[in-house]
Amino acid sequence: MTRLPVQLWIGAALSTSLLAAVLISFLWTPYDVTTLNIAEKLKAPSASYLLGTDHFGRDLLSMLMEGGRISISVAVLAVGIGMGLGVPLGLMAAANRGSWLDEVIMRGNDLIFAFPSLVIAILITATFGPSATNAIIAIGIFNIPVFARVARGGALTIWTREFIMAAKVAGKGKIRISVEHILPNIANLLIVQGTIQFSLGILAEAGLSYVGLGAQPPTPSWGRMLADAQTMIYTTPRLAIAPGLAIVAMVLGLNLIGDGLRDLLDPRIRRARE
Amino acid sequence: MLRYLITRALSLGASLVVASLVIFTMIEVIPGDPASFMLGLNASEDTVAALRDELGLNGTLSTRYLNWIGGLVAGDFGTSYTYRVPVAELVVERLQVSLPLAIFALLLSTLIAIPVGLIAATRRGEMTDYTIMGATQMGIAVPNFWFAMLLVLVFAVQLRWFSAGGFPGWDAGIGPALKSLTLPAIALALPQASILARVMRSSLLDVLHQDYMRTARAKGLSIAQATRRHALRNALIPVLTIIGLQFSFLLAGAIIIENVFFLPGLGRLIFQAITQRDLVVVESVVMLLVFAVILVTFLVDVAYAVVDPRLRRRA
Amino acid sequence: MIDLQNLSVSIHDTPILQDVGLSIAPGQVIGLVGESGSGKSMTALAVMGLLPRGAKASGQIMFDGLDLNGLDDDALCSLRGRRISMIFQEPMTALNPVQTIGDQVAECARIHRTISRDGALRLAAEKLTRVGLPQDRVPLDRYPHELSGGQRQRVCIAMAIALHPDLLIADEPTTALDVTTQAQILDLLKELVAEEGMGLLLITHDLAVVAGMADRVAVMRKGKIVEQGETEILFRTMSHPYTRQLLEASNHAPAGIAQPSAAPLLQVNNAIRDYPLPRTRLLGPAPQFRAVDGVSFTLNKGESLGLVGESGCGKSTLSRAILGLEALQGGDILLNGDPISPDMDTARRAGLQVVFQDPYGSFNPRWKVEKLVAEPFHLLGARPEDWRDQVRQALAEVGLPGEAMTRYPHEFSGGQRQRIAIARALILRPELIVLDEAVSALDVSIRADILDLLADLQAKHGLAYLFISHDLGVVRNVTGRVLVMRAGQIVEEGETETVFTTPQHDYTRNLINAAPKIPPAWRTA
Repeated sequence: MTRLPVQLWIGAALSTSLLAAVLISFLWTPYDVTTLNIAEKLKAPSASYLLGTDHFGRDLLSMLMEGGRISISVAVLAVGIGMGLGVPLGLMAAANRGSWLDEVIMRGNDLIFAFPSLVIAILITATFGPSATNAIIAIGIFNIPVFARVARGGALTIWTREFIMAAKVAGKGKIRISVEHILPNIANLLIVQGTIQFSLGILAEAGLSYVGLGAQPPTPSWGRMLADAQTMIYTTPRLAIAPGLAIVAMVLGLNLIGDGLRDLLDPRIRRARE
Repeated sequence: MLRYLITRALSLGASLVVASLVIFTMIEVIPGDPASFMLGLNASEDTVAALRDELGLNGTLSTRYLNWIGGLVAGDFGTSYTYRVPVAELVVERLQVSLPLAIFALLLSTLIAIPVGLIAATRRGEMTDYTIMGATQMGIAVPNFWFAMLLVLVFAVQLRWFSAGGFPGWDAGIGPALKSLTLPAIALALPQASILARVMRSSLLDVLHQDYMRTARAKGLSIAQATRRHALRNALIPVLTIIGLQFSFLLAGAIIIENVFFLPGLGRLIFQAITQRDLVVVESVVMLLVFAVILVTFLVDVAYAVVDPRLRRRA
Repeated sequence: MIDLQNLSVSIHDTPILQDVGLSIAPGQVIGLVGESGSGKSMTALAVMGLLPRGAKASGQIMFDGLDLNGLDDDALCSLRGRRISMIFQEPMTALNPVQTIGDQVAECARIHRTISRDGALRLAAEKLTRVGLPQDRVPLDRYPHELSGGQRQRVCIAMAIALHPDLLIADEPTTALDVTTQAQILDLLKELVAEEGMGLLLITHDLAVVAGMADRVAVMRKGKIVEQGETEILFRTMSHPYTRQLLEASNHAPAGIAQPSAAPLLQVNNAIRDYPLPRTRLLGPAPQFRAVDGVSFTLNKGESLGLVGESGCGKSTLSRAILGLEALQGGDILLNGDPISPDMDTARRAGLQVVFQDPYGSFNPRWKVEKLVAEPFHLLGARPEDWRDQVRQALAEVGLPGEAMTRYPHEFSGGQRQRIAIARALILRPELIVLDEAVSALDVSIRADILDLLADLQAKHGLAYLFISHDLGVVRNVTGRVLVMRAGQIVEEGETETVFTTPQHDYTRNLINAAPKIPPAWRTA
């Protein structure tokens, strides 16, 4: 058994503990974040309020726990959209390399790349108004070409291998070969890319919510908490620092997992280590 | 070479056409009647009709689309409904902040990333490498607008080296203008530089294992000479791709960062336009952003051809 | 001039070389022969001072009285490329893709001498002309991707000899090249040695290459030199059993070539296969490249038919068409009288199987052997009830134990993997197996075993083989009839022995003459 890379452990520890805190919020939070308690506003951290309270007297820790729900679910769903649509497209393009289908898929990809997720969110918001769903769609759409490209690139190198030729000689068609032979051999790449896009999704959601294109009040999210805190940054920087650190920890954790998985799954690196 | 560029230019043109169709559909077709959408529910029939007339919404979709595109090409971006001035004027004014900011950040990130990546790759497996990799890992994880807030907190609030926001305008002189863009540019550049440095490192490490590096060593080049003369240019090819991609992130990032520093750039323009439902502005600014991204992609393709002779085919 | 004494190298405490002793005099060619992993390349890298990270060398590498082992990199840099130079196996990747060949050759002079850029380029032009790349045909401003493999190897040689080195090390310099190109490169090296009076250390796996080139030969095995001496004496005496074994294996002929029946199995009639080339104009039809140009032949039941030709001659394209993977643009291919095409029914496909060259790329690395070998059952619609027994039996036939079934391909050696590939080809009891360079990637001793196995299976099951190879020696030993292919056409066809002894076509004659041979008189013992 090979030794697990150290960054995998650190990354897993960081992100699972945050994820656990967020999951616990469904069952229990120290305080109810929907009720405002002006009397307790802007309390410094203490035994009763571990991270203090905000300008409405809400417990910051409870808000962080609940705010993670939106941030994480937006990122997860966006990765789901990207993988669900991007991977089949990439596999199709690779299986029909050089055909008009490949060309159409790849040009479509290039086109989406020209629309940063922020721009997609602006367009959607301009017509449908802001919401967390916007964020999911905007980030999800942006993820499609990313996964399509990774899938196509990985698949193209697999398609040139002789075992694919052997599968063709065994009478297998493009779809069956893509599913049986290509997909398992690019799963590594997709998992690693998945963790990267997950972390980018957290960052993107934070950005969109911060400028008001994502989750709307009163739903808390890490990005919205930062937007609320900005006006008080001179007086109570704590309010801006805590959600920022939560984002950093989550993203860092996911990136470390991605890096660790890449080391673990890449046979070239694995061989070098053995 | 020429053939390659023509092909790329044609594909650029096609992308622009499709992109404009997407934007037109999102803004003018999906909402139904943009005029009543812009005015909200309380508007009277007459005002809506007047606006419809003003915006030229009475024609068929195809004439409206062609009019819009024709206007864009001629530099006529329509008239802002809220500002009551030509959008082109607004855009030119705001671009004077956003464009220098994005370029400033791109330069900063490239200038930091390439040497840092180079150092990490040549010191592979040593303490320096681990430190750099750890720092870049951190840099990637930091949301740029939050980092911007921290910069304000430290350099504007605590140290008072910079002002916390605002833009004096280029009339105030290049020095003060650049100074007010410095913190925003750093905030934008650092996460990008982290990514770029990692790409540079891994690309260089890949190249260092190529057969031609062994050939170079067999010729009598030292490791440093071989890296400088043979590895760098090859390693830059993937780095170029990322720089191109980063431009779109920087542009998007700039829009967000402008909010933190209260900079009167495209970002503030577009967010105000969204809240005021000024679709004319949204439509044109989005088209402009997309145009910029596509143009940069094209420039990267050109740069490829310069760096990589395999793309230039002998005529 | 150079003298290795007790040279030992270990990487992370694994011994790679042990007590290697070798000396080379000016103007002398030393052949260093061994199978893969014998340490022959490591010896070269040790002399160059380019051992991989983590490698430790002990012993002495005396070069004109100076011990290279222990010199720092600066001192070695001033020797490398000036007094000792090296060329490598893979000319396709050995040159920097983004620099012109002129600059790359000129660089040797620029780093070792004070010379102007123009002077260095003039020198480069002169050297490139010397190695057979005259300026009017291959100017200095060409990039490597614009040259063929043989031309690139010539560029590498020009770089290596630019400064009249005392010693040139050539590590498998012709292994990646076609046989006619190989002959030209070897001739060039021989001329240069005579002209420049330099020593040449020629590293190769091919005994026939050293027989024609070397003054002295050293045979290496598992990091040790087992035998060395004057070339002719070494070949005539063969005092070490390993040398004898190597020689026997390199020219191994399985006992008896199958006698085919007269019934035709595969008939190729005027087959034409075109490929579209990249467009040269934006509009208008893409130009076509005719990879297979009117090929006709018949393969009888139970026959071994050879198909030889150099890279790019269309033999692989033809094999894909025969396997029914690609459609023809003209003519037809019949198996037992039924046409073969990409959309033929699966039952017909089951009569045809294939074994490829690369024992590493032939298997999905995530599948177990039993699933790999059973893949052709897909042609029957579903795996039969007793598929595991059939797999076990197929593995037994190729000499692998049943426990192999639950293991993954990376747990096997190259030779064992080729056996698994044969088991996979065998499982449906096809009538024809296409062997597409099936033994080309194997070391000679393993190659001999696989050839024996193929002969046994043929005798047992009456299989027909289409044996596609660039290696004339192997084809001569295992086939009864042979086709010679060039530029998409069959230029000669006949009984193998007849074709080899009295070739009719010029091209065949060239091919046969170009193939390195051990003089028959040397192998009397």
